[in-house]
Amino acid sequence: MSHLLKKMSIAVISTCAFMAHADTKLGPYAPVTDARLTNPEPQNWLMYRGNYQGWGYSSLDKINSGNVKKLKLAWSSATGSTEGHQSPPIVNNGYMYVTTPNAQVIALNAATGEEIWRFKHELPADLLMLHNTNRGVALYGDKVYVATVDASLYALEATTGKVVWKTTVGDVKALNYITLAPLAAKGKILVGSSGGETGVRGYVAAFDANTGKEAWRTYTTAAPGEPGGDTWPKDAYKNGGASVWITGTYDPASNIAYWGTGNPAPWPTEARPGDNLYSTSVVALDVDTGKIKGHHQYHHNDAWDWDEVSAPVLIDTDINGRKVKGAVHAGRNGYLWMLERESGGKINFVNGVPYVYNDVFKDIDKKTGRLTYDLTKRPGMGKAVKFCPSLWGGKDWPPEAWNPKTKLFYIPANNNLCSELPAADEITYKKGDLYIGYPIDGVLGSLRYHGGKPSTIGELQAWDLKTGKMAWVHKYDRAIWAPLLTTGGNLLFTGGTNDKLFRAFDASNGKVLWQYSMPSGVTAVPSSFEVNGEQYIAVQAGWGIDAQRMQAGIDSLNSTVTNVPQGGTIMVFKLEK
Amino acid sequence: MTHSSTSPRCAGCQPQPHGVDNDRRQMLGWVASGMVTSLPFLATDAKADDVAMRLVDADAESDFKPLRPDDLKPGKPVLVYPFDVKTAAPKNESRLNKLILIRLAEDQMTPETKARSAAGVVAYSGICTHQGCEVKTWIAKESALACYCHASKFALLDSAKVISGPAPRPLPAVPLALDGEFLAIANVVPPTPGQ
Repeated sequence: MSHLLKKMSIAVISTCAFMAHADTKLGPYAPVTDARLTNPEPQNWLMYRGNYQGWGYSSLDKINSGNVKKLKLAWSSATGSTEGHQSPPIVNNGYMYVTTPNAQVIALNAATGEEIWRFKHELPADLLMLHNTNRGVALYGDKVYVATVDASLYALEATTGKVVWKTTVGDVKALNYITLAPLAAKGKILVGSSGGETGVRGYVAAFDANTGKEAWRTYTTAAPGEPGGDTWPKDAYKNGGASVWITGTYDPASNIAYWGTGNPAPWPTEARPGDNLYSTSVVALDVDTGKIKGHHQYHHNDAWDWDEVSAPVLIDTDINGRKVKGAVHAGRNGYLWMLERESGGKINFVNGVPYVYNDVFKDIDKKTGRLTYDLTKRPGMGKAVKFCPSLWGGKDWPPEAWNPKTKLFYIPANNNLCSELPAADEITYKKGDLYIGYPIDGVLGSLRYHGGKPSTIGELQAWDLKTGKMAWVHKYDRAIWAPLLTTGGNLLFTGGTNDKLFRAFDASNGKVLWQYSMPSGVTAVPSSFEVNGEQYIAVQAGWGIDAQRMQAGIDSLNSTVTNVPQGGTIMVFKLEK
Repeated sequence: MTHSSTSPRCAGCQPQPHGVDNDRRQMLGWVASGMVTSLPFLATDAKADDVAMRLVDADAESDFKPLRPDDLKPGKPVLVYPFDVKTAAPKNESRLNKLILIRLAEDQMTPETKARSAAGVVAYSGICTHQGCEVKTWIAKESALACYCHASKFALLDSAKVISGPAPRPLPAVPLALDGEFLAIANVVPPTPGQ
């Protein structure tokens, strides 16, 4: 062996040794139990929103409003995908899992960014992707679960990424597709299907965590003979939408999971008079059986594409001077809904107040929350109709957050936007085709301003649930698609803007304390975790899908062109020493 | 004989859609490679029996009727599948085989597009180059075809160039010819104007 070769071999060996060392630093994988999911350790981010209640809150406070200015990039890693990245980095004792568009899961060392494994599910070549994204994994036992855009559910070995089992959840030829992060609870993996624009019959389905065997499936449109079955005309429930595309929240004490549901299909109401249960609702499901134990419909007989898919955030707090086991939801319909959960699953209306401009709702029943509509603001056959908020709503899917220290509820809203839909088309359901009822250029070109061009659109709002009043608001001169993270360090992190900035706000007063220019726009859910005593803030950059489409609508209104670069990067920050 | 990957004589070469079925891939491959210029029997006989493909409505499940130019109403796009005359079966194994046909004013077409048209009918892949959705919404005032998922718009009078939206590339173009009274996929490269 030549001297040079010897030197090279030593270099290679020491590199391997270093890599091995970095890997071993991870230690054995800590299995994820029901007890851990019920009381997640502060250093970990074990699920989509950090806890079952959907708070988007980390109690870690080493990074705080006093030192956040010293936040620096710890590491970053390209995902190799374009389009809208939305999933949070989910972390269990130093193992990080992120998902990306195109059904990819990447496992990394959370402290170093070193890749451990990468799972890439090959999607069918002829797959039609309305929303090519993924919102994250679920962890349970020694497995990682991911649901894919071709309606499959995978269980992967957490340390190797090897497939343990795979099951088909829905019929991809009927345009079922899955974008949500699964919910893991009591030995089951729960998922739902997207397809409010493709005529699915929405459902939540549960699978045995060990075997992948289907345990139950509960449809979110009621059939004749079921409670709510009389809220649909004959057979309309079969392709009635009410899709489920955001992870449910869960109350372990009552064993009830709360899921939000999407719009009824098709969009025009003429062919489906009635309330159309359980569309645009929250449904309370028994996790053992899938039985519907309660529901609240935010608005009946939707005509505006206002999916109410964000699961309510479960908050036990004072609301209007009364201790309430609350379920709080910032509706796509522009109202902030405060509901009460009973232990048996029944959901009671407490209060509903507009948090953005809404010109459709004329009145709200103080007892039941049932709304009265201005029917001139209801789009449908034979006429073009303008209504506010826009069909992307006061808040689309980006999740709200609750901080138990500031006792504030945060909403990433868009205000001053409306939509104008053209006269609806006649439409019949055809498997494998869209089932909307409006021409696509009419849908994607529907955005309008409320009045003239507004000076602000995006609003980061903080609400005091006790009083039902807004505590502070940060207004943006542009739209936001801004999933939230709040922390015990009095901080609120979010991106969501086309200027690619990721920001930290003072959670008490909304002051911008720190910002960082990311490689792409951030529309993903941020998370926080700790490894070896150091706190990290993590988020994916990667602009695309609906944020891009809304931007195109705004550009069309303003006669501007906005190019936000695409491409995913995992970005992880820590304090400068 | 070897296929050459480029040819200065290749007019209207277009990228082929991913996953196209074998027959069509071969045909488009010839088109893209310029092979046809060195295969006289193809270059001179647009109706060679071994590759002739007519076109049938993609929604037809039986009783396939190959389309004539007059079957298309001006400005009304129709999704079609290639139709194998010999087997009397559409090539519908994959939805990626869907083509969009539309009859437009010839005098408004660019020379390249006109050269690929037959009796005022143009054909393109009906599958969007963005996320694989079908492209079938005609917006007359813009002479554009829009993707029904994300509204990318393509200029059909001008080689389906991207006008707006997230699509990264034009729709692959498919040259047409008349096979008797029927529309058919041409198995020749249309001559480059001036040559």
